[in-house]
Amino acid sequence: MKKVAIIGAGPAGIEAASILANQQVEVLLFEKSLNTLSNMLDKAYLFPDFSPANDLVDKLNKKLLHQQITLFTGTEITDVKKDGKEWKVIDAKGMSYIVSAVLLTSGYSVFDAKRKEELGYGIYNGVITSIDLEKMIKYNQIENSMGDKPKRIVFLQCVGSRDEKSGNNYCSKICCVTAVKQAIEVKKLLPDTDVYIFYMDLRMWGQSFEEMYRESQEKYDVSYVRGRISEAASTFDKKIQIKAEDTLLGVPLKMTTDLLVLMVGMEASCGTKTLAETLHIKGEYGFAKSLNCHLQDNETTQQGLFIAGSCKRPMGINETLADARSASVIIMDYINAMQENDK
Amino acid sequence: MSNFGFNISNTRVISMDECNMGNVERLHLEVPSFKRCISCGACSATCSAHQFTDFNIRKLHNLYRRGQYAGLQEELKACMLCGKCTLVCPRGVNLRSMIINMRKILYEANKR
Repeated sequence: MKKVAIIGAGPAGIEAASILANQQVEVLLFEKSLNTLSNMLDKAYLFPDFSPANDLVDKLNKKLLHQQITLFTGTEITDVKKDGKEWKVIDAKGMSYIVSAVLLTSGYSVFDAKRKEELGYGIYNGVITSIDLEKMIKYNQIENSMGDKPKRIVFLQCVGSRDEKSGNNYCSKICCVTAVKQAIEVKKLLPDTDVYIFYMDLRMWGQSFEEMYRESQEKYDVSYVRGRISEAASTFDKKIQIKAEDTLLGVPLKMTTDLLVLMVGMEASCGTKTLAETLHIKGEYGFAKSLNCHLQDNETTQQGLFIAGSCKRPMGINETLADARSASVIIMDYINAMQENDK
Repeated sequence: MSNFGFNISNTRVISMDECNMGNVERLHLEVPSFKRCISCGACSATCSAHQFTDFNIRKLHNLYRRGQYAGLQEELKACMLCGKCTLVCPRGVNLRSMIINMRKILYEANKR
């Protein structure tokens, strides 16, 4: 039997499903939500090439039209058990499926910005998250709380990341470049809007990220301030006043802004946390843990249980796709070895 | 009035809403590379004046772009225009030209 269960139909789940299916493996792809790729549906453009997110969504969904793949949407997997050499995957309705291997691609969820009460999300209308801004960019409706075009937009990095108070000491990695990308998009739509980005460090780790940062300064006049905003408050005219230190000058700084955009970090999704716990592969911060991060990054302590994508740690989309492809190779090896042994 | 030995401290806070950014825009036009600075401090590290005095071109650049011009004109006189800062800058900021133009812009602004 060549049958694999994949839990989570995000970019990682779909990419792995498609590659395994092309190798004549029967794939059962389970998705808790009613839609595949639910984290990607409101994205406007992808970094670093500004390609429309819809294009990638369409291309990935097209890969699912394969006779070897069965997609179960609205199906939450509640338990996964080792059953002899095989695995038993059980959904919320009690249906169980027997497979040779399981791939966990249950992904991330975004940090709930309300947990940083001092930044005013959910209290003042002018405070939004990077997810909200992405939607505004996608539908070309960048407006402040009064429904006007904003004259100034301030981004704040590391909301829920690199922050002991949020319980997350790690860096979410993609927010730095996302802010640069969104700042450029704002400037393209509203050239007269002042854009400021408050950062602790700017981590331009990927190919052409640094060039994008440089372009944002040179071509789009985006201003960068090194310093973390300590608090936000509303002014009488419904603007947001922020306080920070310009740490390069060693001087406190304040300004009012029409929109304050909180760059929210990535956390292990609820499904990732629960399944990692059930399967005894729970790593730091609720993410799933691989055997080791160099040579066995898709394998776990459980034989036949594999992991890929942002259920392991914060990852960008291109990295997630590459990780799913690498998991597929390891899973093929595992299934083939299993069949050899059975002969 | 009696002097009780108390006074009111002026705030050190930079209020970006009250800053006059006109001089910054003028400098952008004269020296477009000005915008590319990432405050690495290589310019200050190589600066001969910085080795012996408080002259810190990285900091002066930061003050200028936040609209804090007070005292800058005087401080900029410490620069000997040797141009080593321009040679080391990783972002290709034309610092020498930036300093000359800052002096020019501030001179004209203060003359008014």
